[in-house]
This record gives sequence, structure tokens and C-alpha cells, in this order.
Amino acid sequence: MVVRTWRHISERYCLIGTRCKTCGRIYFPSRNVCPHCRRKGKLEEYKLNGKGKVYTYSVIHAPPKDFEKVSPYIIAIVELEEGPKITAQIDCDIDEVYIGMPVEAVFRRIKEDGEDGIIDYGYKFKVLDN
Amino acid sequence: MKLGIVGYGSYIPKYRIKVEDIARVWGKDPNPIKKGLIVNEKSVPAPDEDTATIAVEAGKYALKRANINPKDIGALYVGSESHPYAVKPTSSIVAEALGITPDLTAADLEFACKAGTAGIQMCMGLVGSGIIKYGMAIGADTAQGAPGDALEYTAAAGGACYIIGNVKGELIAEINDTYSFTTDTPDFWRREGKPYPKHGGRFTGEPAFFRHVINAAKNLMEKMGTEAKDYDYCVFHQPNGKFYIKAAKSLGFKEEQYKYGLLTPYLGNTYSGAVPLGLSNVLDNGKEGDRILAVSYGSGSGSDAFDITVTSRIEEVVNKAPKTVDLLNKKKYIDYSIYLKYRGGIKI
Repeated sequence: MVVRTWRHISERYCLIGTRCKTCGRIYFPSRNVCPHCRRKGKLEEYKLNGKGKVYTYSVIHAPPKDFEKVSPYIIAIVELEEGPKITAQIDCDIDEVYIGMPVEAVFRRIKEDGEDGIIDYGYKFKVLDN
Repeated sequence: MKLGIVGYGSYIPKYRIKVEDIARVWGKDPNPIKKGLIVNEKSVPAPDEDTATIAVEAGKYALKRANINPKDIGALYVGSESHPYAVKPTSSIVAEALGITPDLTAADLEFACKAGTAGIQMCMGLVGSGIIKYGMAIGADTAQGAPGDALEYTAAAGGACYIIGNVKGELIAEINDTYSFTTDTPDFWRREGKPYPKHGGRFTGEPAFFRHVINAAKNLMEKMGTEAKDYDYCVFHQPNGKFYIKAAKSLGFKEEQYKYGLLTPYLGNTYSGAVPLGLSNVLDNGKEGDRILAVSYGSGSGSDAFDITVTSRIEEVVNKAPKTVDLLNKKKYIDYSIYLKYRGGIKI
């Protein structure tokens, strides 16, 4: 878990994906090759602004062990302003969420590797501040 | 060379528990507690929040107000007594999440409730000497009080971030000077491996909090040639509302000077976050030329005092991030059983 957590820090902490300089498409998670431009593509790091809207969602009532404390909770696909869709937890009451709800990324604990293991941090989303 | 605050931001978790809910569990009458401590409710972190997440959110808001390149920050200090790891820095997590890495120095600070203001002083030293362009200091805590202890009514969660710089035209507030008063006074402590702190009860008052806060304030005012009436606002450490008001009044400050700095009645004691959060609320309400006296207190014991003057730039930046009072008013009440679950009191 240590290496897996560390390898994804820039994506999970800062929402850094990639952008193809040739076609302008933005990818998250990062890609090494642009599937549209292939060898003509040139990818560079791209920081997403963390704002988007709920594309669809589900309410989890039977959570995996790591998430029992926050159950029931919302897992959504968030469509970011730049285009990519990502899966994340939404921090709001379950009767508050709706498709199209504006949201923004926040930095939260995701899970931990037991009481003496590494803590996994990353993005969740909350209702966009007015 | 003038130096001061170029950006600030605060963060308060949304959950609150009322004194009545805690008192009911322990068979206590809530009214004497509320009246005695001048605390009505306190903030509670969600299970997915800790000092690192609070620090990151406060840091994001500070960067929004400062409008600087995060890569220009050369030092980051996180002051807290509830760092998520015993060994492994919070500051490196925060630096990574705010896009400040890798060209910076970073460290976690601990001096009970004043570690956040100690970070501001360290940044002032590095910026003032020209070693770095900007420094970021954060005071944040998810404080724990032992179940049933008096601290359980006040130990809260929150934090605020300050970016220190000296570029002309960028300062929101100038820090005119700082002074610290430090002695070995064992009024509050937590031994290695223990989950909850212990304290000296009444000993935390006169020889500890009041001696340090009042001496730090008086000595800084003597150094600056000022009196209480020369300041528009003041903010002191606030383990509870009673200590804060007593300290403010004994120094000659009036309610209109100390009211914006006092958040504890509806927030609780956010430990390292307390003075940074109180100061953020003062800045939210400040205008050009306002002079502020801010005095922190950390058990063990020490006080850091700051003499601050707000600049005209405050009006440009204040609405670029949520105000502290908006974060304070955005709340959801939980009962004691949910509070216990969120704070790790129920083992699954």
C-alpha cells in the first residue's frame, strides 16, 4: 500500500492529469499516450481545477470495512469542468445530492492501512461554495 | 523592510456538538458549565478530517487570497498537537497537496496551543532575512479531551493559514513587531503514547495562561509604546470564553475591541488553530489602518504577541475565500454517540 499510495500522490492530492498538446484533450488519471493522436500526440502535466458537477451517483448502504464509519454515503461520477469524469465520494447529506449538483474537490482522508499503517489521503467532493 | 501577511485562510469542520449533549451523558447540569466556560458548542471533525486535511483546506483559501505562485513559498510550518502521525511530517503532506514541493523547507511544530503562531515567527525570520520569498504558517488541531474531563466540553477542531511575505503592495497586513514570553510551567501535557492530555486544573489559570498572555501583551505594548486604546482589535488564546474575556479586560480592552477575536463560545478551543482563527475573523472585519494586538498561549508555557496594522489591500482579498464566520455558521449538529463514533471512541 505504501508504494501504491506514493505513486498516485500527484493525482490524488492535486488532481494532476495530462493534456495532449496536439489535440487538447485532457485525461485523468494521467496517460502516457494520447489514444487519439497516438505517436503524434505530446502529453504534458495538467492540473484540473477541481470544479464539476454530479454526473450520476449511488448511495452506499453496505460499505466495505474501511468506510463503515461514514455509511451511508454517496459515491458519484463527477464530470469535471475540463471534461474528464472521475469517481469520488460526495460530502453532503444523502437527501441533498442530485444529478447536476455543482461540486468542488476537497482534500480528505480516504482510508488507512490499520492503526499503525500509512494514511491514504485524496480527493472527495463537496457542494460548491457560493 | 516591512513584512507581513500576504494571504490568510481558515477552515472549520461542519459538525458541532452542544454542551448539553456532553453534559447529559455524564449526569452534569449544562448551565453552570456553559456559564462558567462561556462555551455553548464545539466543532467536531468528520472521520475523514484531521490536522492535515484542515491545514490543506485553510492553505488553499490562503493561496486564493494571496494570489501567488505556490512554488514561490520557501518554507511551510504546521503547528499542531494532533499531527496524524507520531513520526512522519504533516507539513510534507500539506506542501504536496498545495503544490509547493519540492523547493522548500518544511517542519511540524508542537508547542501546545501556540505552535501556529511560532510558525508565523519562523516565517518572519526567513522572509525578513531574505532567505525565502514567502513562508506559510498553519495552526490546526483536532483536539481531544478525555471522556468526562472538563476539556471534553471545549476540545474542538479547526485551523487557519498565514502566508508571510515582504513584497511591496502585496501585504494585507503589516506585522510591526513580535515578542514572546516563555517559561517552564507544566500546566497541561500529554505523555508519549497516551491518547488524552492531562492538566493541572486551576493551575492552568493564574500562573500559566494569565501570567504568559498578560506579560507578552504588556511587554510588546511597552516595546511599541502603545496602550490598549491604541488598538482597534485584539485577539487572545481562548481555551474558553471566560479566560479570554478576563485577560482582555485586565489589559484594558473593551468589548468592541475583543468581540471579533472571540470564537470559542460557538467553536470551542481549536488549540493551535485558536488565535490564527480568531485573527482571521478580525481580518475579515478589518479595514485599512486598523491596528491589532494578537497574543497566543501554549501550555508548557509560552505566549507569542504580534502588533499588526491592516492595509488597504484587505478589501481586495477578503471575499476571495470563505470568511471565518461563514464557516462557523455552516454547521450540522450531532449527538454524543455519533461524536464518539467520529472521534474513535467506538471500536469497530
